[in-house]
Amino acid sequence: MSSSPSTPIEITRAAERALPGPFVLMLGAAALAVVAGAGLMLGASTVSAPQVVSALTAFDGSPEHVTVADVRLPRVVVGAVVGASLGVAGALMQAITRNPLAEPSLLGVSWGAALAAVGGQVVAGIGTTAALVPLAIGGAAIAGLVIVVLAATGRAGLTPERLIVAGAAVSGLLAALVQGLLVLDSESLEVARRWLAGSLTGASWDALAAAAPYLVAGTVLSACLIRPLSTLALGDDVARGLGVRTGLTKGAAAVAVVALAGGSVALAGPIILVGLAVPHAARALVGRDLAPLLMTCAVLGAVLVILSDIVARIAVAPEELPVGVMTALVGAPVLLHVARRGVMSG
Amino acid sequence: MISGVRIRLFPAPAPGTARTPLVLITTSLVGLAAFVVTLGLGEVTVTPVDVVRALIGQTGADGAFVVTELRLPRALVACCVGAGLAAAGVVLQGLTRNALAAPELLGVSAGAYAAAIFVIVLLPDLPISVLPACAFAGALAASAVVYGLSWRRGTSGSRLLLVGIAVTTVGYAVVLGVVSTIDELIHASQLVTFMAGSVYGRGWPELGAVAPWLAVLLPLVALSTRDLDALALGDPVARGLGVRVEAARLRLLVLAAALAGCAVAVAGPVGFVGLMSPHIARRLVGGAHGPLLATSVLLGATIMLIADALARLAFAPVDVPVGVVTAIVGAPYLLWLLVRGRTNPE
Repeated sequence: MSSSPSTPIEITRAAERALPGPFVLMLGAAALAVVAGAGLMLGASTVSAPQVVSALTAFDGSPEHVTVADVRLPRVVVGAVVGASLGVAGALMQAITRNPLAEPSLLGVSWGAALAAVGGQVVAGIGTTAALVPLAIGGAAIAGLVIVVLAATGRAGLTPERLIVAGAAVSGLLAALVQGLLVLDSESLEVARRWLAGSLTGASWDALAAAAPYLVAGTVLSACLIRPLSTLALGDDVARGLGVRTGLTKGAAAVAVVALAGGSVALAGPIILVGLAVPHAARALVGRDLAPLLMTCAVLGAVLVILSDIVARIAVAPEELPVGVMTALVGAPVLLHVARRGVMSG
Repeated sequence: MISGVRIRLFPAPAPGTARTPLVLITTSLVGLAAFVVTLGLGEVTVTPVDVVRALIGQTGADGAFVVTELRLPRALVACCVGAGLAAAGVVLQGLTRNALAAPELLGVSAGAYAAAIFVIVLLPDLPISVLPACAFAGALAASAVVYGLSWRRGTSGSRLLLVGIAVTTVGYAVVLGVVSTIDELIHASQLVTFMAGSVYGRGWPELGAVAPWLAVLLPLVALSTRDLDALALGDPVARGLGVRVEAARLRLLVLAAALAGCAVAVAGPVGFVGLMSPHIARRLVGGAHGPLLATSVLLGATIMLIADALARLAFAPVDVPVGVVTAIVGAPYLLWLLVRGRTNPE
């Protein structure tokens, strides 16, 4: 029962009970506003809503205002940006590989970024975020490329299992190399910790500014690709018949994925399973039409990461868990569900 | 149906049992030679002759203290870890009939490691001898989760693999989160080393913790090789041969979890030894599980010895975790398996 790689995989059968896109987006935007507000208020110390508003509109330098405007605001904004990018990157990745399990962290892309960043720090002594961002994106791109090429080579072609096993092998190697580098230069461990587990602790406007060009480029590119990718979902042959240049489309989508996933890893480290859980939930909500799907993914991703970060901040206060742990726990049931079904439904 | 990642278990025509004694003797000799030579290598170089003299208790030999008190226990721990992981690999590959089933891919190592880390972090005063039991519990829990979640009217190799990789990813994310929240940097750096898999600084107490487990488990596995042989023929045939298939699977899974658990407890989740050793052994002695187990155990121990010697010497005086070396060798091997297309479309 071998399947050619161009057979579309039923990613979900939820299309028939899809909700209208604008309705979901409005609900999502409302939820985003609520969690963003909560993200500014909650934490080691609680700041009341009126104080949050005055901190944003009439900053007076009091401790509460500093907490809100200088610590929590960048954190919430970076969280939203990272979540949205990862959600969109996951949806794009699943669309081009037709693999319900494709996800930046599962495929070792995050470890590629981490290795490049840690390597840059340890070997070349690069310490500034602005310099690390392109490095991390380059690492993510190389790792992703290697995995896809390796998984696609060979008689069986690019099946979900092959992709995941190739990802596991490359992740294992990259993770070991990162750990080896950290042992060789233990001082960089302090800096590197956030590359190991996704965390928004170091979120700053500088870092966001450094990553912004890549994230914006990735977003614009994905928006431009909605039409050809929707056609591509009908299968490579059909799409080709309809005049879509399949190779170019997939390549451009891969570039968008790398820019989005690499940029967010550069900002916050690997915040795992957001790119899996979010598109899955979004598909259940709005169906598989790519335009509303990508927008819903962006909103839901932002909501998920901000929410996870709030829980990570207050769960073991005054200590802080990395947000990656929370998203891992949220994403795990989705991942297991898809993994269980992935083999059955193909 | 998507073609599964199933690699043929018995690629070469079985070379016949006539070769087995020869292979076993050769492997033992190579292992022994590696043992003697690597014991002599390091900051203080000791000639093999002096190593042997020191080992048989002749006092006054050059470097006797270095050999018997510093390097010997560490080398023995490395042997035990390699043997345990290799045996776990044989059992897992046999019971799932999937050549990619290895403790590090099925979540068994991740479970053992997560449990060990939590015990180390939460109860730092616990004696090392209890750690294997805790890691065993973790490994057992993880295997139960993986096995249970991939159960759908029987198990399938590729589903086990997907769920196993999923559980591994989530497990490591959670552990990394815990590690990155630990305040003391030294503690965190030890845990990072442990995460890559390392026998640095392991001595007699660690050997005392792991060796008794192996002394009990290896004979038990050896007694189960007939079940493994029967399972290799497929469930219906195994049933016809009078094997209670699911009961045998369960027993074997517990054994594999215990083997991987005790190895991971002292050395961390060293990767790819449990994958590679059975593969090499299968090429040497064929698929009958008795000779396969013996050869794999010898090979696993030898691989770990050599890998650890490389890890000690490559960047001396810094000790690189041995898991980095096994990953550098093992990950390309796994990818090669994948690319070679030795996969069997179902």
